[in-house]
Amino acid sequence: MATSSSRSIAMSRGLRRSLGGFTVLVLAVVYVPLLLVLINSFNTDNTFGWPPPGFTLHWWKVAAESSGARDALVTSVEVALCATAVALVLGTLAAMGLRRTRFFGRNAISLLIILPIALPGIVTGLAFQNGFRTILGVQLSIWTIVIAHATFCIVTVFNNVQARFQRLGASYEQASMDLGAGRWTTFRLITFPMLRSSLLAGALLSFGLSFDEIVVTTFTASSQDQTLPIWILQNLFRPNQAPVVNVVAAVLVIASAVPIYLAQRLSGSTAEGLTGAR
Amino acid sequence: MPTAISLRGLSKHFGQVRAVDELDLDIADGEFFSMLGPSGSGKTTVLRLIAGFEEPTAGVIMLGEEAVTRRPPFARDVNTVFQDYAIFPHMSVRENVEYGLRVKKVGRPDRRRRAEEALETVRLAGYADRRPHQLSGGQRQRVALARALVNRPRVLLLDEPLGALDLQLRREMQIELKEIQREVGITFVFVTHDQEEALTMSDRIAVFNEGRIEQLASPVELYERPASAFVAGFVGTSNLLQGRVARDLLGQDGTFVIRPEKLQMVAEAPAEAGRVSAPGVVREVVYLGAATLSVVELDAGPTVTVSHQNTDTSIDAALERRDQRVVVTWRRDHLVSLGSSDPAASPEEETA
Repeated sequence: MATSSSRSIAMSRGLRRSLGGFTVLVLAVVYVPLLLVLINSFNTDNTFGWPPPGFTLHWWKVAAESSGARDALVTSVEVALCATAVALVLGTLAAMGLRRTRFFGRNAISLLIILPIALPGIVTGLAFQNGFRTILGVQLSIWTIVIAHATFCIVTVFNNVQARFQRLGASYEQASMDLGAGRWTTFRLITFPMLRSSLLAGALLSFGLSFDEIVVTTFTASSQDQTLPIWILQNLFRPNQAPVVNVVAAVLVIASAVPIYLAQRLSGSTAEGLTGAR
Repeated sequence: MPTAISLRGLSKHFGQVRAVDELDLDIADGEFFSMLGPSGSGKTTVLRLIAGFEEPTAGVIMLGEEAVTRRPPFARDVNTVFQDYAIFPHMSVRENVEYGLRVKKVGRPDRRRRAEEALETVRLAGYADRRPHQLSGGQRQRVALARALVNRPRVLLLDEPLGALDLQLRREMQIELKEIQREVGITFVFVTHDQEEALTMSDRIAVFNEGRIEQLASPVELYERPASAFVAGFVGTSNLLQGRVARDLLGQDGTFVIRPEKLQMVAEAPAEAGRVSAPGVVREVVYLGAATLSVVELDAGPTVTVSHQNTDTSIDAALERRDQRVVVTWRRDHLVSLGSSDPAASPEEETA
């Protein structure tokens, strides 16, 4: 008995070790290139010679002074903030609407809300361009980007809020109403405070999704509205801009890592926090 | 005595299921009223209908003189202690207890004083600043009670509030709840599936079965005079004698029940008037501490349970009776008649 159990422990230890090695390998494949971007942003050689002949903050200074990059950043932040705001309101309302009532078509509606996150961006983008320009006759602007982004940003909020509702059950709200609080007071004092962290997690994910979105944005932005990812794409192949692009990319990596990290911390469980992150 | 709650023709159907079926019930002011029944018997649905969490399919709910049938929960002068307590986790104990007063715009000093009083009533003075996750199950249960009592509702509804507590604590809380109810004088409507709990605390008990009330009576009456085989079986243990067995042993047609503690085991049938005796074999002896249960297979057919108080220090004699022949005897007036048995039932199936 003793030998067999110790053997099984030894085997699982070997298995654990190889799994660990595999994990490290996969993570390296994902993150080493990102690290390269970060290091190259300090590379003195503007063709990214390897190993770097020296390190400089020059490109960071150039990037900071580039008005194109700055404007693109402002546009991206504006779009992401607006899309997130829309997603927060609509996503929460949708989750509340689909909460306890079972009505015909409930699952279909739930699927329709979640679907945009799985749709290929190019399809969404084309559909919106068609819809805005040909059918509605609306000029493309920052608002058309916001609307297009909001369709998939809603999903992160919806999923987070729905998961929270499921975990909470209905008894807290029933207790509140039982104690004399009307529906609005119950929402203000009980439901909202209990949703707060899941809303924040959903909002951060939504912000991250919108901020780095490129395909849908390409189709729904006018030629004047450049978001940061589009600016990067357009400047990538201009030789004298390449180092600046590197700096912007490095900033983006850091800027998107922070919200995801915070979202994970806030939602308490990894699964819930990342549901809907694509 | 004025009525606190009247239910008239109250029904609640969930699809095909009649959870509550044309219920008529009056609960008096200041009463400790229990609704007892197995799960799915409709007792919790009745409570939720009174609280306003469910809308009845048909019928009227009166709270005092007011019809509240279609009113939302926040417009009814009742409060509920939930089975899972539903203590708001993002609020302190004080904030939880003050909640009802806060939403009714009671001023802060008044609110605070009443919350302190309520916490004192449930023996939780000094816990106001704790967070819910720092409390034990029993303490949470008391917070839930204080949170409801602080509003001085006309009726307090309790949905199996002791179910999550361990046996020791449950016994303590049973006595305490009864004391608190006497102190505050509020009508308590208590839902439970635990017959002992209901018998211990209640002024009156309604036994529920399949959406209807089987019997509505005081604890003593319920136990001593069960109205149906269901009540006899659900409230305490009972021995059922019916059909041919009743005819053979009692010389009478009908269905009869008798409690285990009313039976005695003796060596020989006593020649005493007004007693019934039946010989049999002891099949099982179960020691329960305060009492010993003996399962006796009567020669007449049925198996009966006999309870015997362990007043001697040794129960060896009782244990040695296994597989011995004995005579079970009882007083005829201890039998409770449930009326004549259903003539449609075949005689073979009528033994207990």
